[in-house]
Amino acid sequence: MKYLHTRNRAILSEMIRTDFKVRYQGSVLGYLWAILKPLFMFAVLYILFVYIAPIGKGIPHYGISLLLGIVFWNFFSEATMIGATSVVAHGELIRKISIPRYLVVLASSASAMINLSLSMIVVLIFAIFNGVYPSMSWLFIPIVIFELYIFALGVAFALSALYVKFRDITYIWEVFLQAGFYVSMVLVPMVAVPERLRSWFFINPIVQILQDTRALLIPTVKNITIWNSVENIAIRTAPFIIVLIVCVFGFYYFKSRSKYFAEEV
Amino acid sequence: MINKEVAISVKNIHKNFILPQHKNTSLKQAAVNIVRKNGITTQKVLDGVSFDIYKGEFFGIVGRNGSGKSTLLKLMAGVYAPTSGSIEINGGLTPFIELGVGFNAELSGRDNVFLNGALLGYTRKQMETMYDEIVDFAELEEHMDKKLKNYSSGMQVRLAFSIAIKAKNDILIFDEVLAVGDEAFQRKCMDVFYNYRRSDQTVILVTHSMDTVVQLCTRGLMLENGKITTIGSVEKVAEAYQRSNDEDENAATVKEDEKPIQKNLKVSGLKKRYVTGEVLKVTLEWPEEYDVRWAGIAVIGSNNEYIFGSDAGKDLFHGQSTEHSVILNLFPGKYYLTATVKNADLENIETASKLAEFTIR
Repeated sequence: MKYLHTRNRAILSEMIRTDFKVRYQGSVLGYLWAILKPLFMFAVLYILFVYIAPIGKGIPHYGISLLLGIVFWNFFSEATMIGATSVVAHGELIRKISIPRYLVVLASSASAMINLSLSMIVVLIFAIFNGVYPSMSWLFIPIVIFELYIFALGVAFALSALYVKFRDITYIWEVFLQAGFYVSMVLVPMVAVPERLRSWFFINPIVQILQDTRALLIPTVKNITIWNSVENIAIRTAPFIIVLIVCVFGFYYFKSRSKYFAEEV
Repeated sequence: MINKEVAISVKNIHKNFILPQHKNTSLKQAAVNIVRKNGITTQKVLDGVSFDIYKGEFFGIVGRNGSGKSTLLKLMAGVYAPTSGSIEINGGLTPFIELGVGFNAELSGRDNVFLNGALLGYTRKQMETMYDEIVDFAELEEHMDKKLKNYSSGMQVRLAFSIAIKAKNDILIFDEVLAVGDEAFQRKCMDVFYNYRRSDQTVILVTHSMDTVVQLCTRGLMLENGKITTIGSVEKVAEAYQRSNDEDENAATVKEDEKPIQKNLKVSGLKKRYVTGEVLKVTLEWPEEYDVRWAGIAVIGSNNEYIFGSDAGKDLFHGQSTEHSVILNLFPGKYYLTATVKNADLENIETASKLAEFTIR
């Protein structure tokens, strides 16, 4: 068992390393793009929502909240999209060697995680320049990121197993992600949402995750979170139950399909 | 054999592949197919295969294309799940079905060594200690920083093989890995396999080369249409394999006999099969009414190319025939014999192209 463990770890680390090396190969700026991509998107949306359609105007540290939202959303869409295609993309490997199949999904999500970590450094630097001072609450951010990771991983497991059989899945998911971007409070601040509708938004785990992280990142401002705005206990626990169900179901479904991947991929 | 410990026990394995008439690769098709049940063909690739491989055996698996060898290997390696039956594996197994699995063309040779090594079960640290040996064996010292896509295919397999042989486990599986590189490299590869044999390493080898089976394996089996037709000594297996190939060949020759062929020139003494370097000795005969002054045979390759020939003038004739002998320095494959006789003006009296065929193995 010990052998299996070290072996899988070695495979995983080599796969992540390969991905890291290959992804930005041939580009001049290389890995800087992992950070530049969310920054450019941030710049566009910031100008749009502060100067042109001033949703965020007058909201303290709106820029930081927006950047964080973009970075988190980028991670979620990257981890699920690349995760969804990971089994098929590694079809050659899966047809020929009996490594645990979940490794390819883990490797793809780990690559997205590296991007998120790099982007988070940028977010923190921005925050400090924006007058948000480092606080003890920052130490709890990794816990929320972990929840986001588990959620993305569960989705990636389910999608990647489905994608082996139905290649439409990625298109469907792309539409889902596009719609999700607008209801996940990435750019619209929570205060803009009518009070009676807020609890419905919080059922979406991404909203709960984002609002919690914003509260932890900028503790000096009163952020609307599931804890201070939702009374109903069922809705309060809903995002966590959804994350748990998606994760358990996703992995279970993946596991049950994985023995046929070699034939079907 | 009976007292030996079993390494792999394959018990009544069946493997079916379900081939939908139209593969459901989109939801729409899937929905349509739920409504009107589309025809499904089940292909029985393995049909009740049982055998044991004992520890220390060098076990050969042979069979024609499509006989189910690779499927059997993939089942043993755990890549496929059997439709029914079970496989018990006693000890660790390195499932190296193919060379260079997971190689990434965009990475350097060096990076690929580590990537491939991880799939074999080695950590980066372990690979670092073996790295120089691998590069040495592959004879690729000055190419290791090049990207793999700039390697020749020969270089790629050499590198892959050099990593593959580093695998250490109770059971090793190799599929058609010996036809690698030039002659010198092949000799090195054979040495590695002889070492496995000498050190009683359990090896399962799939190959088409009966020479390899006879030289290396201690025991083997032959698969035909998903069933074991022969199992036991390598001689028995090699013979069965040869026989099955002959049957097909004979069937093909009979068909050719139906075509009208020139019957006036006759070649006798030709064997069906030769090995490289053997001397081919035939007698060419022609009818009495031909005034032959020159007679020759030519060896023709499977792409209709002239390879070499032998000719004789009148002084070498024995009545209406000549004897020809040529050394067959040829690669394994199928060859044809063409005969021509000419008159005093060196005009063709008759050419019998491809009047006989033989194989080199």
